[in-house]
Amino acid sequence: MSDSTNKTPDGNWTPRIVAFFCNWCTYTAADLAGVSRMKYASNIRVIRLMCSGRVDPQFVVDAFAKGADGVLIGGCHPNDCHYVEGNYKCLRRYQMLKRMIADMGIEPDRLRLEWISAAEGEKVRRVVNEMVETVKQLGPLGIPAKFEQWDKEMNALAEHVAASQGAGAPGSSGQNKPQTAQTAHV
Amino acid sequence: MSKPKVAFYWCASCGGCEETVVDLAEDILGVVEKVDIVLWPVAMDFKYKDVEAMPDKSILATLLNGAIRSTEQEEMARLLRRKSQYMIAYGACAHLGGIPGLANQFTREHILKFNYEDGPSMANDKKTRPQLVTEDNGRTPRLPALTNVVRSLDQVVEVDYYVPGCPPTPKITRAAVTALLENRLPPKGSVIAPDIALCDECPRKATKPANISFREFKRPHQALMDPQKCFLAQGVVCMGPSTRSGCEAACISGGMPCTGCFGPTSRVRDQGLKIMSSLCSNIEPKDEQGISAVIQGIPDPIGTFYRYGLAKSLLRRKVNLPTD
Repeated sequence: MSDSTNKTPDGNWTPRIVAFFCNWCTYTAADLAGVSRMKYASNIRVIRLMCSGRVDPQFVVDAFAKGADGVLIGGCHPNDCHYVEGNYKCLRRYQMLKRMIADMGIEPDRLRLEWISAAEGEKVRRVVNEMVETVKQLGPLGIPAKFEQWDKEMNALAEHVAASQGAGAPGSSGQNKPQTAQTAHV
Repeated sequence: MSKPKVAFYWCASCGGCEETVVDLAEDILGVVEKVDIVLWPVAMDFKYKDVEAMPDKSILATLLNGAIRSTEQEEMARLLRRKSQYMIAYGACAHLGGIPGLANQFTREHILKFNYEDGPSMANDKKTRPQLVTEDNGRTPRLPALTNVVRSLDQVVEVDYYVPGCPPTPKITRAAVTALLENRLPPKGSVIAPDIALCDECPRKATKPANISFREFKRPHQALMDPQKCFLAQGVVCMGPSTRSGCEAACISGGMPCTGCFGPTSRVRDQGLKIMSSLCSNIEPKDEQGISAVIQGIPDPIGTFYRYGLAKSLLRRKVNLPTD
């Protein structure tokens, strides 16, 4: 996800969605969708995990922080988890994570959890297409660009400090230092 | 041979870290004997220009506490970095952003407006705010600017070691200073505290259930607590499982749960998300409504899980806030 461009050949923005699919159900369903020649939007990048319970909230937020516009998690239906409890653990974390990302300024609809069994290739197609539509409506999230924007104040000051310290290190007194060209706190 | 030079400096902090240095008690005399303190604004009178006049790398170590959130703090951090062989982030604010890092949920304008206009204890009819530049009888005093984003020290300058805690305990402070003076330093970038979760040294460890199951989350004031029993077993959010040990469970020994000031262990990138993951996966209900009811018991997840770590979290700051 390191390239910053995320555009269709005609130059329009298109969402980039990271999907964490469990090995036993949703990934197999995506496989089924593939061998059944179903077509769904090409915006998702599927990462296979052994279980939706393996989806560490850090993975989800790291995906956003590295430029994902949406994150989709797919797991086995309740009572169907290969590891008995993994999908419940995922659901509990998901519900709190939704609240936390909302508090951090990310629209909760950018994160979605769906239970998709190995037989539900059609559901993979529907959910992926819906998710892409939802995220298209929301527009780009663009967190890496925000990090850059935030750190401009650092770089501006770094240049100023380097200039003033380089100018005359021993003689220059501290008093006429912080001449930042910023406006006052009005 | 001249004694090694040491500087103490404070940025966005409460002063508690300075207090810990004093809390070394008699041991501080041993330290003072072995080093030359060249800057310590809280206790001694040195000028910034004294530091500026020193050759680069002439200070053995700077112990800097506090987050970085003003142009002056950033400038001093850079200056001291240049003059010091070792830059040590001392305390939770320099290490993780600390309590001041929670300001990353708000804009600079919001913070200034509240503190100079809307705060309930504020009497400021003219809505005067600090000005960066003013004219006063022919002088032009300048004030540092507040930055939009609160940063940990390592988000501003290269940091060699971290001494965690809010504040660091005298014991780990002593360990860090001793390691420094005896040149027994761990690999660069180390946090000078054990790399294992707090539960390991918790006096209530024996009562931590193998399977925790939360029917509800309680805040410490909402129930009478059993002073011997693991907080998690009592349904209270304790950051112990995702927090580095080394404080000897000071808060827990005082009857309060861990709030996470030592930061995560080296295996964890985002302390808040990790403890959330751990606690929430152990909620008892399996259905959406049931889970929802339980997590309502944590009214402010950001303030709870990122009490000290917001500035160093994966997102660093509320992402939809503007910078001005």
